[in-house]
Amino acid sequence: MNFIDNPEKLRGFEKNVRVEKVSRRSILKGLGITGGFVLAAPVMSRQAFAYETGADKMPHGVVVDPRVFVAVAPDGTVTILAHRAEMGTGVRTSLPLIVAEEMEADWSRVKVQQAHGDEVKFGNQDTDGSRSTRHYLIPMRQIGASARTMLEQAAAKRWGVPATEVKAVNHEVVHSATSRKLGFGELAADAAKESVPSIEGLKLKDPKDFRYLGKGQISIVDLHDITTGKARYGADVRLPGMKYAVIARPPVTGGKLVSFDPDAALKVPGVEKVMQVRGWPWPSKFQPLGGVAVIARNTGAAIKGRDALKLTWDDGANGKYDSVAYRKELEEASRKPGLVVRQEGDADAALKGADKIVVGEYYLPHLAHVSMEPPVAVADVKGDKAEIWAPVQSPGGTREDVAKTLGIPEGNVTVNVTLLGGGFGRKSKCDFALEAALLSKELGAPVKVQWTREDDVRHDFLHTVSVERIEAGLDKSGKVIAWRHRSVAPSIASTFAAGAKHEAPFELGMGLVDMPFEIANISCENPEAAAFTRIGWFRSVSNIPRAFAVQSMVGEIAHATGRDQKETLLALIGTPRIVKPAVKDMWNYGEPFDSYPIDTARLRKVVELVAEKGEWGRQVPKGHGLGIAVHRSFVSYIATIVEVAVDDKGKLTVPRVDTAIDCGTYVNPERIASQIEGAAIMGLSLAKYGEITFKDGKVQQKNFDDFQVLRMDESPLVTNVYIVPPGPDTPPSGAGEPGVPPFAPALMNAIFAATGKRIRNLPLGKQLEA
Amino acid sequence: MIKVKINGQEQSWDGDPDLPLLWFLRDEAGLTGTKFGCGQALCGACTVIVDKEAVRACITSINDVAGREITTIEGLHPNGDHPVQKAWRQVNVPQCGFCQAGQIMQAAALLMDNPKPSHDQIREAMSGNICRCGCYQRIENAVHLASTGV
Ligand code: FES
Ligand code: FES
Repeated sequence: MNFIDNPEKLRGFEKNVRVEKVSRRSILKGLGITGGFVLAAPVMSRQAFAYETGADKMPHGVVVDPRVFVAVAPDGTVTILAHRAEMGTGVRTSLPLIVAEEMEADWSRVKVQQAHGDEVKFGNQDTDGSRSTRHYLIPMRQIGASARTMLEQAAAKRWGVPATEVKAVNHEVVHSATSRKLGFGELAADAAKESVPSIEGLKLKDPKDFRYLGKGQISIVDLHDITTGKARYGADVRLPGMKYAVIARPPVTGGKLVSFDPDAALKVPGVEKVMQVRGWPWPSKFQPLGGVAVIARNTGAAIKGRDALKLTWDDGANGKYDSVAYRKELEEASRKPGLVVRQEGDADAALKGADKIVVGEYYLPHLAHVSMEPPVAVADVKGDKAEIWAPVQSPGGTREDVAKTLGIPEGNVTVNVTLLGGGFGRKSKCDFALEAALLSKELGAPVKVQWTREDDVRHDFLHTVSVERIEAGLDKSGKVIAWRHRSVAPSIASTFAAGAKHEAPFELGMGLVDMPFEIANISCENPEAAAFTRIGWFRSVSNIPRAFAVQSMVGEIAHATGRDQKETLLALIGTPRIVKPAVKDMWNYGEPFDSYPIDTARLRKVVELVAEKGEWGRQVPKGHGLGIAVHRSFVSYIATIVEVAVDDKGKLTVPRVDTAIDCGTYVNPERIASQIEGAAIMGLSLAKYGEITFKDGKVQQKNFDDFQVLRMDESPLVTNVYIVPPGPDTPPSGAGEPGVPPFAPALMNAIFAATGKRIRNLPLGKQLEA
Repeated sequence: MIKVKINGQEQSWDGDPDLPLLWFLRDEAGLTGTKFGCGQALCGACTVIVDKEAVRACITSINDVAGREITTIEGLHPNGDHPVQKAWRQVNVPQCGFCQAGQIMQAAALLMDNPKPSHDQIREAMSGNICRCGCYQRIENAVHLASTGV
């Protein structure tokens, strides 16, 4: 969920970090794979290749080298590196599966090994922005095809026949003319001597011969370990002599420690030490907040010790942050003109001349990620060397930041990526790993820093807070002739640099300026908003408030014109066409518009598909209602129908959810379905309960009692997922995040259909009970 | 000296008797399958079975379970083939997987008490266990499958 238009700008402020990495490339040796592997040779090469995605434009781009990613052991075991982080999307299985497919490896003889953080070696590893399949489908196929070609060439040489006569089939190379066969293991040593073929000359498999891709028959590689408690997450790392730490951090972002009294904490059994942790002045990107650490022989003792600390803080400049007052400011700003970020026709004049104006002002508060595993990291710093074990989405970024924070060369830092117990964008920010590194250095021992849930809720990089105000002007026939959308929200850029007042292109491009409706007069504006806490990426980011506003407005227009929601939506989407908004520096999830245009034919198609499969217009019992919404995000197209039931006390249940997704060419439809099922739960969570508030600069929530998330007894009874079969040339697009944005507006449109109440302020809370 | 039996093995502790069982299991006994999610009995990630009952290890002190039998995810079945574990794999329940040990222990305890729970009984019994990834539909299906034979 980390897609600044130019991520390098925000990743590392010092350009020399990159330069240093590049120059070190020549001396890199020793691959991630060790042991008796023979196809892994200590050579690195980078081939330039023009991808139809933005993959090669990411920091450190793409590495296509089978010797980096694949190893074949003499016994035939194929080891494939997973270089992206697993946080529940299935990527640790999907990407290696692509390699196995293309190299004709038998999946039952494949082992997946997690790559450590090294972007020079592996290419970009930043697991966010729903990019992994999109950026790596083709490179992983190329890696697999290269390995296959090398194995085939080795076999052909051994038999003295032309390479064109041999073929890799299911873990063997076959010469069918003479019925000869050699297993991958038997060929490995020779194959390693073959040169890596050029990417251009590779022959990829015909998709009709795929055994695994697109089938959804392969379970995730960690399934058995997860069900038996063996799967290793960040918190499960244990090192000899390791100490356990929890940290008391400034209650207000940017606050500072004035004084502390460790005496009572030191009396707690098991507590060994109390020490100060360095903090950085706000805003400081992902640097630690600072505070006081309690070091103990186990986490329980450390928590009890922290409870006993006496602490005095200086709250600093953000000590007055108050959600109620701030919301008023945002609302007022949304009622006045702001920076125009998209302009087509003359929306002001068209609104003045409109027969009817429908106005909606939509509010979405801050949200916390609360991934099931709170932030946690283990560090072992010895002299000028550091080793980290952590559930991080960005191991390459973590490595850079650890090196910078400790003042040691990046080559001296090893970042081991554990499984992530959920990420949702929170674990793109490595502050917890930096804390562990600082403490380990000072203690001279390995340390685990465990965040409690309270720490997680109070010191998150929160989803922004926003007011989205839309005015739609209708002519006499009910056609929308004018659209003015003002979006006011503090920007994620505020976490990186002081004084960021406007949203960045990557935020504006998430549902504001890329709005696909066919309307003659459009104005999108972005009034100023300042940040008073750490703002960060949250699964699907600005798409949440934007889709909520735009798709709720569709429901409001349907009501104002007495028309069906779905028909109103299709009329607004308009003719099948490629939308080209009049926007300077238009951001398209980092993808080229040629291969990933805004295609209203695809948008219409998911609406029609979900309407058909989800039986739009079906008779529902009294007190029930149907709502629909569609949204394009992460270059995928998703439409959702929600059925709600509201009883006479205002209690809400969700009997059924139907979602159609077009994410282009896909790898594992079974995991796409699980992402969409999960997105419905997360969408309902945030719509019903999601709200972090501030008073006197402090977060007022602390745990799952006051920051509630959905539980099973309130979850939808059925969630159906329909995946649009891709065209032969449709490139892959995102699946992890796009399910979230359409859920809240579909829900609110359904609630309106059931009750006649229009909910414009999230969360729903008790609004139906009034 | 507090003595407890964990997955059939005798263990002892002479530190703070108020230490939550969760941290004894994870940090002292090295049984990291049981997870920390909230520390306040709100999420169920730390669920273990004490005698025959599902218990939140994060608010249960080691002293509270002195002399009792504790089963963690590691000890639920020697090969990981408890009907609940098998059902979980058949239905492909997990996403990130972090909540799943707690979910599985809760489901196993439910089936000990009620071998054929109804739809509503499953939803009620499992509602103390949060899954932030949102695997509820599959969890429900897997509990149902485990109760009808895998
Ligand atoms: S950690 Fe025990 S219930 Fe959440
Ligand atoms: S699978 Fe991730 S929290 Fe349940």
